[in-house]
Amino acid sequence: MTALHTEPAHAARPRARAGRGNQRRAQRWTALAFLAPLLVYLAVFYAYPLYRNIDLSVHDYTPRAFIQGNPEFTGLRHYVVIVTDDAFLRALSNTAVFTLGSIAVQYVIGLALAVFFHRNFRLSAVLRAMFLVPWLLPLIVSASTWSWMLNSENGIVNAALQAFGIGQINWLTSPDTSLLAVTVANIWLGIPFNLVILYAGLQNISPSLYEAAGLDGANAWERFRHITFPLLRPVSMITLLLGLIYTLKVVDIIWIMTRGGPADASTTFAIWSYREAFGTGQPDFSPAAAVGNLLIVIAFVAGLAHVRLQRKEENG
Amino acid sequence: MKAQKTVWKTAVGVVLTGVMLFPVYWMFNVSLTKTGDMRADPPHWFPWDPTFEGYTAALGQQLPALATSLFIGLGTVALTLVVSLPAGFALAKLRPRGARTIDFLLLVAQMIPAVVMAMGFYAIYIRLGLLNTVAGLIVADSTLAVPFGVLLFRAFMAGIPAEVMAAAQIDGASTWRTFRSIVLPLSRNSVITVSLFAFLWAWSDFIFASTLNRSSEVIPVTLGIFRYIGNNTTQWNSIMATAVIASLPAAFLLILAQRYIAAGVTAGAVKD
Repeated sequence: MTALHTEPAHAARPRARAGRGNQRRAQRWTALAFLAPLLVYLAVFYAYPLYRNIDLSVHDYTPRAFIQGNPEFTGLRHYVVIVTDDAFLRALSNTAVFTLGSIAVQYVIGLALAVFFHRNFRLSAVLRAMFLVPWLLPLIVSASTWSWMLNSENGIVNAALQAFGIGQINWLTSPDTSLLAVTVANIWLGIPFNLVILYAGLQNISPSLYEAAGLDGANAWERFRHITFPLLRPVSMITLLLGLIYTLKVVDIIWIMTRGGPADASTTFAIWSYREAFGTGQPDFSPAAAVGNLLIVIAFVAGLAHVRLQRKEENG
Repeated sequence: MKAQKTVWKTAVGVVLTGVMLFPVYWMFNVSLTKTGDMRADPPHWFPWDPTFEGYTAALGQQLPALATSLFIGLGTVALTLVVSLPAGFALAKLRPRGARTIDFLLLVAQMIPAVVMAMGFYAIYIRLGLLNTVAGLIVADSTLAVPFGVLLFRAFMAGIPAEVMAAAQIDGASTWRTFRSIVLPLSRNSVITVSLFAFLWAWSDFIFASTLNRSSEVIPVTLGIFRYIGNNTTQWNSIMATAVIASLPAAFLLILAQRYIAAGVTAGAVKD
């Protein structure tokens, strides 16, 4: 409409401009039509479940209230109950140990492997592909394999340790080791992801820099410290942040191996939420939703950091 | 000198790969172990005397679950493509309003923990009667892949030269026509990548299956294995045999489509 109004004012170019304006408007509608499935999808399958989740956390939902649709409004009570629960600090520290421990070790091993595979050698492509296997396996498969390997009486890990004179360790059934055990399994799962991304990052570093450093007589460690590591910093940050976001969400591996036990020893926020809602005979959705929403807030803060980093990089 | 150096590297690489893949070997080894040898001390390191009793039991019990998983995986691929292909095209080529907002929403969407999504879906499905249905699981599983699909398609289609599209438009092709007969065929590789991941994620899904499909007779294979572990802790050869079978799609894809997989892993994180 506005394009038509301006027409009399400019005599020479108006038609072209009006034409272009119409075209642009038409294009905008076309774009919207192509986006429509996604917009509907996001609204129905993301926004609405999220809204339901907030709704759950401020009411007292029991399975019966679900069907009848008349839950009692409780405001922020569930949040207060959760934060003051004895389990809260436990879950917080477990989440921190599991998440930070996982991403730190995954990153270091992933980076070492990426540097190792950086210079091609015979079979390097094949071996690199094999490293993807743990990441592609269904989690239930990896988790149950690790469970059996870490089995107290018949596991291969204890059998191997016995050869060195170390007695039986109850990896999954002792509160001292269960968090360590699930973290180790999770590190194993995350190495391929770190390797692939860091390897791709290394490919973008110009080989001429290494040649120049070689002429200056820099040894391998100096080349790593002064070229690889600094230039890889943006990719490293993104890898770690994505790792953080993914690891915060992890339920499957812990639930399958220990169910968060024994005695909450490996219960993270995600496990806590899952157990309240689905892990017992009596689903308790409202506190579960409250824990879940706390988790979203943590992930969201990490996500904002990710977006900022990416923007910063785009703008140079 | 140089050749010697790479031989040494290959040797180290083989050892590292061996260590990394040991759990996978162990799964395979246990799946071939006789029930009687399962608790042998020390455990048998090699399946000298293999048995297929595990596989027979696994196939006998898990065949319907494998079929269900296959069906859910294919449904998820279809739904993911239908939603994300046009959206990726619009974001890459049609310069819609609010493209940045959509980008941001897609990033946020990927951060939402699946357990939170599961509760939301549960609350909705219980009203709509979609609990314990394959359709319900397909929709839930597709949320794992749609944001990834849109972002990958957008990145890929942005690389299609503007001239190719302009030429089609001069020939009088509508936008839909251009999308269908020019952009889609050119995007074949990215379609393969997204389909692979959508399928793998749906096939591997445990959280949605264990929450939205709890009391169903029709269960995917992940839940089949989980129940198997819960019900009998002695038949580890059958459990591991099921695990080996459930890993086949991954192995298959790794051999046939390795380059698409590497493309997918890096797409989200690294920009050239």
